Amino acid sequence: MEILVCVKRVPDTAENEIEVNRDGTDINRDDLVYSVNEWDNYAVEEAIQIVDRVGGKVTVVTIGDDESEEVLRREMAMGANEGLLVADDAFAGSDGRGIATLLKAVVEKGQYDLVLTGAQADGGAGQVGGMLAAMLDQPYASLVDHIEVVDDKTLKVGREIEGGNREMNEIQLPCVLSIQTGINEPRYVGIRGIRKVASVDIPVLGAAELGIAGDSVGAAGARVKVEDYFVPELGAGAEMLEGSTEEIVEKLVELLKAKGGLK
Amino acid sequence: MESVLIAPANFTFLGIPTILFSALIPLVGIALFAYIMAKRIAPLRLAAADTRFDDIPARINNVVKIWLAQWRQPRYMTGGVLHILIFFGFLALVIHTTSLVFVGFKEGFTFPGMDGAFGHFYRIVKDYAATLVLLACIVAAVRRGIVRPERYAVPAKYGHDHTAEAVFVLALISLLMITDSLFEASLVAAQVQQAVPAEFLAPGTLAWLFKSILLDTPRETLQTLHIISYYLHDLAFFFFLCFLPMGKHFHVITSLFNVFFMRTTTGDVKPVKYGITDAQLDDLESFGVKKLEDFTWKHLLDFYTCADCGRCSDQCPARTVGRPLSPRFISIKGRDLLFKNYPLRGEPLPSEPLIGSIYEEDEIWSCTTCGACEEECPIGIEYIDKIVDLRRGMVDEGMVPQSLQKPLKALEKRGNPWGKMEKKRSEWATAKDFAAECEVKLLGEGDTAEVLYFVDSISSYDDRMQSIAQSTARVLTAAGIDFGILGKEEKDSGNEVRRFGEEMLFQDLKNHNTAVIAESGVKKIVTADPHAFNALAHDYSGLPQVEHVSQVVARAVQSGKLALNKINDSAKVYTYHDPCYLGRHNAIYEDPRQALDALEGIQRVEMAKNRDRSLCCGGGGLMLFYEPEEEERMAVLRVKMAAAAGANVIVTACPFCLVNMEDAIKVAGMEGTMEAIDLVELIDQHLVTAK
Repeated sequence: MEILVCVKRVPDTAENEIEVNRDGTDINRDDLVYSVNEWDNYAVEEAIQIVDRVGGKVTVVTIGDDESEEVLRREMAMGANEGLLVADDAFAGSDGRGIATLLKAVVEKGQYDLVLTGAQADGGAGQVGGMLAAMLDQPYASLVDHIEVVDDKTLKVGREIEGGNREMNEIQLPCVLSIQTGINEPRYVGIRGIRKVASVDIPVLGAAELGIAGDSVGAAGARVKVEDYFVPELGAGAEMLEGSTEEIVEKLVELLKAKGGLK
Repeated sequence: MESVLIAPANFTFLGIPTILFSALIPLVGIALFAYIMAKRIAPLRLAAADTRFDDIPARINNVVKIWLAQWRQPRYMTGGVLHILIFFGFLALVIHTTSLVFVGFKEGFTFPGMDGAFGHFYRIVKDYAATLVLLACIVAAVRRGIVRPERYAVPAKYGHDHTAEAVFVLALISLLMITDSLFEASLVAAQVQQAVPAEFLAPGTLAWLFKSILLDTPRETLQTLHIISYYLHDLAFFFFLCFLPMGKHFHVITSLFNVFFMRTTTGDVKPVKYGITDAQLDDLESFGVKKLEDFTWKHLLDFYTCADCGRCSDQCPARTVGRPLSPRFISIKGRDLLFKNYPLRGEPLPSEPLIGSIYEEDEIWSCTTCGACEEECPIGIEYIDKIVDLRRGMVDEGMVPQSLQKPLKALEKRGNPWGKMEKKRSEWATAKDFAAECEVKLLGEGDTAEVLYFVDSISSYDDRMQSIAQSTARVLTAAGIDFGILGKEEKDSGNEVRRFGEEMLFQDLKNHNTAVIAESGVKKIVTADPHAFNALAHDYSGLPQVEHVSQVVARAVQSGKLALNKINDSAKVYTYHDPCYLGRHNAIYEDPRQALDALEGIQRVEMAKNRDRSLCCGGGGLMLFYEPEEEERMAVLRVKMAAAAGANVIVTACPFCLVNMEDAIKVAGMEGTMEAIDLVELIDQHLVTAK
């Protein structure tokens, strides 16, 4: 099975303190560390496991700049066979539709049976997978946390629904799936693994290679534009607990007890 | 002198001279033994390289102390004394038993020099030895077969019980002692009957007892006994020899070598591959141990040598709290696989991955590398290096639990397992209230100092443990030491990064720290974190001298540089908990105790397990992040042990121990009756210059 997994390099929420910048145009990006979007990492692990079971090849693609190459290498160290870097100055500032347009061009350059994306990334919109499926006119299942290969035309995919219940679906290949965390236990990628793939060639695809008109994507083609980032003002009824971790926990427990949340 | 009985060398049975058996039994026995040994040695030759011919004086010292003098045996008194009796009995009997083989060819054979007065003396010694060995075997058999100490039990998941094998061998040894004595006693009895000069048999020995019983026995019967006991002994002896390499009694042969080749250093871990420098690591095809032959030959010899005494597992904190690890079975399962994959007949079997077949992932991650098992093993079997090598193999294959992946990635990105910002590493020192009373130099920002205080991650970032960093700074200042810290330039020492198998990440951390320390120009390093102390002292190279703060305090108190107030709360009873990486791995047991005892009026007691038998608190570094399956926390056992000793304050000298102890006090519901404090915090509280 030929699988394409779309991945993104994002600021790691566990290892950063995220603050909105003064102008409200972005978060403060000085002193941030980046890694693979967590959902995408699960998607790559799942793709590798599927290929281990039924054979085939895993390709990872990311849209970004030179620095984004590091996440491709990390996923290749994990076991992805090939990497593709989509980079062009014209792509900067793309909205979700722009990203999906670029990915559609990538998908059409190959012969993929299955395209995986993470359920969402740092933007939190969770829109690219669905848009990509629509553009490709392929079936789509979101928030997938279980995949079984039935035959070379069919998959069974599961997801969690309200109240901890589960839903199983049959879906025809080729298709697009957005992957939920917890679908597997991603393997560890050590420094050694990354060094082993450090010199593997990663093709760079720009507007020309993808046959995309520069103004259909990027800031120029974006129809959704971010206006502002800000920290919401403290509303009535909200209370910020202060003090050391222990003091905060103590106050929180008291509050929960007082309001009947804890017995 | 005319013989009163026909000797085996001259006897005929049904017309066949029995000298034929005297030749056949040793010949077949030795040939079989040589064949078995060749088969057993074969996998050792396929195993990974190991450097075990260095430091010969230390190795000879180990052989004399640990092997010959049985140094570690009395740590378990009953089993130890029984073993010492059997061991020395065997040593005493070696010459006699060997000469007995030749007696089958020549009546009354003795080795040169053994026929005179010394020979008579030796015969008395060996008769007593044989008697004591028999008695020890009987007591040991009763102990194993009837009393059954808990540490010999084999949990169902680890396979069958080993009692039958143990009792069988004890019976075999007893048979050797009995037949040997009977052979001699029957002759002496006949000599006494015939009133010819008889060999003196020391009173109270087995041979003497048999002789007394046989005095009235007809000569023909004595003749039969004489011959039968000789050949039974001969058979049993060569059977025993060939049976040894079949199981846990292989140690009778291998322990001498195993002790000679045992590690002569503590605190360090083996390189990924002997003979490969750190710079060449990138070129290695594979890392760590994945299949049996990836172990070094010494580690396979360990498997052969394990005597199944269960002391390692009895001391192992992981096994004690019900984690899925029992060091004894790391060896037993290894040996079982060696025997299975390298059969005595037929071709070796193909090697399978060890993880998932004989070892489990959780089993290997359960080890805190506390070293209690190695401290205890009476024959120098190593576990930490094996665990680390297996982890290296798992890391290389991506088999790392999610709970450890996050801190490892954070260490890679930020140099600390919590992923906190580098610039916040010195916040404990720059906090307004603290900075006002105690100034800490930031090296690498233009400032220089004589001594580097290497803080390491937990004391830099953890809210509670920052107090250890601040106390250390105050104590160093009070002792008049010119020191500074590296601040944001410092990264985690990587002690656990290395011991959890992520060698390349460790190399990065090491290279970074080594460079910034060199640049700082300090002459000496002090740390309050034993894990950092251990890594800097053993895993790094080319650094200035490294000391733990307890050593600095002990010295400063002695020289009078540090003046301490007396303890004025008479209700407090203190006990000192030895951190593994200060105690067992670095033999620093007395400095922290001296520092404590310098506090006038201190009431200090020792816990049941102390010094080299200290019970691990649950593990430091990355072990804080690992989520083991266990029935109880190690530190809960430890705080209960402190209470049992009559203490109400546990003093540690390690931030990880403190984390675990404070958690355990809460878990055990002992808040109010037990508290935990770091040594340097306690010293800080009692500084004369302090508030």
